[in-house]
Amino acid sequence: MSTATDLAIETSGLVKVFGTNRAVDGIDLRVPTGTVYGVLGPNGAGKTTAVKMLATLLRPDGGEARVFGKDVVKDADTVRGRVSLTGQYASVDEDLTGTENLVLLGRLLGHTRPAARERSAQLLEAFGLSEAADRQVKNYSGGMRRRIDIAASILNTPDLLFLDEPTTGLDPRSRNQVWDIVRAVVSQGTTVLLTTQYLDEADQLASRIAVIDHGKVIAEGTKGALKASVGSGSVHVRLREPEQRPHAERVLAAALNADVQLDPDPVALTATVNGHGTDLGAAEQAARALAELARAGITVDNFGLGQPSLDEVFLALTDSRATPANVTHTQDTAEETKGTTA
Amino acid sequence: MSTVATTKENQAADALAFEAPKADELAALLVGQVRPPRPSALSASLTFGWRAMLKIKHVPEQLFDVTAFPIMMVLMYTYLFGGALAGSVSAYIQFLLPGILVMSVVMITMYTGVSVNTDIEKGVFDRFRTLPIWRPAPMVGYLLGDVVRYLIASAVMLTVGIAIGYRPDGGVVGVLAGVALLLVFSFAFSWIWTMFGLMLRSEKSVMGVSMMVIFPLTFLSNVFVDPRTMPGWLQAFVNNSPVTHLSTAVRELMAGNWPAADIAWSLGWSAVFVLVFGAVTMRLYNRK
Repeated sequence: MSTATDLAIETSGLVKVFGTNRAVDGIDLRVPTGTVYGVLGPNGAGKTTAVKMLATLLRPDGGEARVFGKDVVKDADTVRGRVSLTGQYASVDEDLTGTENLVLLGRLLGHTRPAARERSAQLLEAFGLSEAADRQVKNYSGGMRRRIDIAASILNTPDLLFLDEPTTGLDPRSRNQVWDIVRAVVSQGTTVLLTTQYLDEADQLASRIAVIDHGKVIAEGTKGALKASVGSGSVHVRLREPEQRPHAERVLAAALNADVQLDPDPVALTATVNGHGTDLGAAEQAARALAELARAGITVDNFGLGQPSLDEVFLALTDSRATPANVTHTQDTAEETKGTTA
Repeated sequence: MSTVATTKENQAADALAFEAPKADELAALLVGQVRPPRPSALSASLTFGWRAMLKIKHVPEQLFDVTAFPIMMVLMYTYLFGGALAGSVSAYIQFLLPGILVMSVVMITMYTGVSVNTDIEKGVFDRFRTLPIWRPAPMVGYLLGDVVRYLIASAVMLTVGIAIGYRPDGGVVGVLAGVALLLVFSFAFSWIWTMFGLMLRSEKSVMGVSMMVIFPLTFLSNVFVDPRTMPGWLQAFVNNSPVTHLSTAVRELMAGNWPAADIAWSLGWSAVFVLVFGAVTMRLYNRK
């Protein structure tokens, strides 16, 4: 049993209601200090609302939330002194230059003007933004914005950093850069709460993951445990001839000992590699399945082994008998929910 | 050939090095850092005021409403009403200029609500609200920035006024005292707009509500004419309007007199505006 001081975040029954929409509907989280905690969920699941309550931007309508043992409502000012927030959108002033933004925030954090200038220059250098220092942020690329945003969050090294979908909309290289930054920040002892829509991102960075949907935590645990419950990956197969698909479905199901989904595309199939009844790794199992298809005389045009998608995670976690149609429906309602909270 | 290729490769590598963040440098920046003490309320407010100045520097077009608009007001009303109301333009401007100064600056305060409303929707406000600073500082900073705008408008109008014949008997001291009182009142009055800026959902509705408030309040005053010819019920409103007290006080100060009662009324109204609308603004800001 860990005490409250070991926890960076502790919430119980946290609720936020917007009109008739229960955006956050009773969330319990326990985030240990010094770790990256991933909160995974689709658009409108309540991730941003939960983060805003923890960062003292929104008042909870029910339940309790503590950051380093301090209540986010009663001790909001103490909490603010220890956390930083990087939102989905750039939380810097787009009309100001990179340097002006950092100096402004440095001054607001209590640095003298020379100290704020020095720290800004160092951060801009470390984030590869020196040459853009005197440009207005509205002229920055998406990746540069995200970097200046994170730089603004670590002007004073925070004890807890909220990163709300830090890589949504970034190209792969910018995304990798953000991940490197997050790893560097965590290596210095800062706790990070990361929200994301991508299982891949949570897998890369987080040690524990909570999956939330419709304002509720539907699964929580170490990423190993979570992935074991989901399956270690999926095999995506594209055939040349659509009429061979029923045959391919039977072959794959037998080879992988798993359910096979028929994709909307008439030549495509997806199967989960779950490792049931075998010691083989996911790639090896997939290779065997591919060999089985070739032996059965089925022409495979394209083949891929990937991480389970968010759809598949939800499929596995919410209802094992759910059809893909149900998942689509879930996401549609999530989108609508997003619309009403915005 | 090979030299050329190597140079190109080097350039590409340089470009990448510039783009990529440096994790080790970053790590060094994060350790052993001592957090400075929190800034004082005044320091935080002044920093937000500096932000407003930077915004003017980057978007100087926003000074249009404190330069062209006031010039237009002075010229338009002086030449439109001068002959009819006071016999001549030069006689009327002695009466009108302090009043039109008050009217124009009080009208300009309205833009505060619009800028608060457009700014609050942006992500940067969330960051300000998570900072451990004196809570009203961002709002006070806005208003401090706006005070500079009002000062520019006052200087522009006085310059135009003097160019077309305004001769204040109070001299430099009287004029400065009048402008100072006007700035204090405008700062206090602007809290109405910060409230509407936070309360209303769109820029358009802020503009609409502001017009509804500002037009009757500034026109139903003694800015253009002496209220004695007005019907009794209107006189009752006009004589007790804060804008009337302010324009009388400014007019008399610039004429070299000491209108103690009107100064007291103007400052009293200012205090009421800050206490009431400042409190409502901060409540909305904290609840947003």
